[in-house]
Amino acid sequence: MLRLDDVSKTFNPGTPDAKLALDHLTLHVHPGDFVSIIGANGAGKSTLFNAICGSFLPDTGAVYLNGKNITMMPEHKRAKRIGRLFQDPMRGSAPDMSIEENLYLAAGLGGWLSRITSADKRAFRDRLALLGMGLEDRMKAPVGLLSGGQRQALTLLMATYQTPQVLLLDEHTAALDPGTAEKVLNLTRSIVEDNHLTCLMITHNMQSALELGNRTLMMDRGRVIYDVSGEERSSLTIRDLTDKFRQASGRALDNDRMLLGVDEKQ
Amino acid sequence: MSFDKILTLGQTALELGLVNALTVLALFLSYSMLNVCDLSTDGCFTLGAAVGTLVALSGHPWLSLPAAMCAGMISGLVTAVLQTRMGVQSLLAGIVVNTGLYSVNMALTGSKAQLNMNKTPTVFTLAKDALSGTALSGQFKLVVLLIAVALVILFLSFFLRTRLGLAIRATGSNADMVRSSSINPAFTTTVGLCIANAFTGLSGCLMAQQQKSFDINMGSGMVTVALASLLIGGVFLGRRSIPLRAIGTVLGAFIFRVVYALALRLNMPAFMLKAVSSIIVVLAISTPYLKSQLPLLRRRWSASRERGAV
Repeated sequence: MLRLDDVSKTFNPGTPDAKLALDHLTLHVHPGDFVSIIGANGAGKSTLFNAICGSFLPDTGAVYLNGKNITMMPEHKRAKRIGRLFQDPMRGSAPDMSIEENLYLAAGLGGWLSRITSADKRAFRDRLALLGMGLEDRMKAPVGLLSGGQRQALTLLMATYQTPQVLLLDEHTAALDPGTAEKVLNLTRSIVEDNHLTCLMITHNMQSALELGNRTLMMDRGRVIYDVSGEERSSLTIRDLTDKFRQASGRALDNDRMLLGVDEKQ
Repeated sequence: MSFDKILTLGQTALELGLVNALTVLALFLSYSMLNVCDLSTDGCFTLGAAVGTLVALSGHPWLSLPAAMCAGMISGLVTAVLQTRMGVQSLLAGIVVNTGLYSVNMALTGSKAQLNMNKTPTVFTLAKDALSGTALSGQFKLVVLLIAVALVILFLSFFLRTRLGLAIRATGSNADMVRSSSINPAFTTTVGLCIANAFTGLSGCLMAQQQKSFDINMGSGMVTVALASLLIGGVFLGRRSIPLRAIGTVLGAFIFRVVYALALRLNMPAFMLKAVSSIIVVLAISTPYLKSQLPLLRRRWSASRERGAV
């Protein structure tokens, strides 16, 4: 499905700021996997997503999607197969354009000179209704008027409108208030399950890292230091994860948000 | 001022406003939609005028219009390639092309800074002949210009609702989103700038034929004049549908010309045109910012007054 082979990336090479963001990382994601990814700040989680999306050319290694080497493929061409959500709800949609115009571009229907038809509008309305946010009655409203949660839900719909081969979620609920975050997370779960999507999700919430999906990766200094699935994963607790981190990296987990997550749940 | 004079003044303002409106519509596409401030506009306007004049002088007045548009399109293509494929900053790309176009325009006219079309058939003289004897015969200039502006507005209203047009609008609003919709923002920027500059070229071509002369400096300051008109139009019809906003830009161009004509009547020297347009652009762009600073200034002022009282 998705395979990264020995991928490395150093930012600012040859300067005092040089940072090894990905360190000969190899990863194989199977079809239908829902992988949660945790790790301290600067561990290389977002860089991993950038490598998959093609934001930069890796220094070494290759990225394969469905057996096809996509290492050299430009970002916008990969986007047809890869959907991505960012932490910032503003990043996924064009604020000056209406909901239906945003959806039309994301849906990629028709040729360059085609226009939104009433059939398109009906389809958008049906899909929007699934979000349960009343957006189906505001299709002409500029997206800039929506709340963060509504915009992130819309982005989720846009990213999955044409079923992607891989969906990348980069802490996509972290900027939302707890209630909205829960709602968007449930939407994510149902969309992923209904479409049998292969999905990678970065999260700072260890609880949802263990609850959601079927596999969990722990990253540190550009490497995967712990990769767990199946029975071993189902018996894991948050305490086990922090212990694993200390064992594998030789230091305590130093991320405030993750530690707070631990406190809340115990 | 007699009624007749007001009418003539209004008609001149309308004619000049309509010629400028084509450049304003070009900026409506590049500045308002694509969010690119295209500083090659001045040179491109002159380029359209030069090409249009040369083709008209060679005896093909109708051909001068598509020729000027093609020339503008090529200029837009160069600006777009510089900024999307060669890493030149957007503003700098426009300035560089603008500078280069001066030489291109001089080369085209054979080092002549002025060309005269007094006895040359232009689209306007052709329209005059065609309309002679009808009720519109006195208004042949307005007829030609109105048709040109209407066609451009119709085109934009249609085009900006197609998938390509939406992608161009989205590029100005959020380029990340365009990329994740599997569309290359470099491509949409290129198409947008090519179309916008075609209109700028057409605008220059019609301006030259309307005044029956070409001048190498006729485009200078055009980008500021057009921006001023665009921003004035935005005050009236800024937050409406695309066709209304496009009509608003024409209205802006007209209002700008009326204000300018009135200022001339009040003995403002003609060379003040550019200062006026600069001030309008600065005011229109900075007003929202200054407004947002107002509460801070008020607080500071009252705080300093309280300190003074104690």
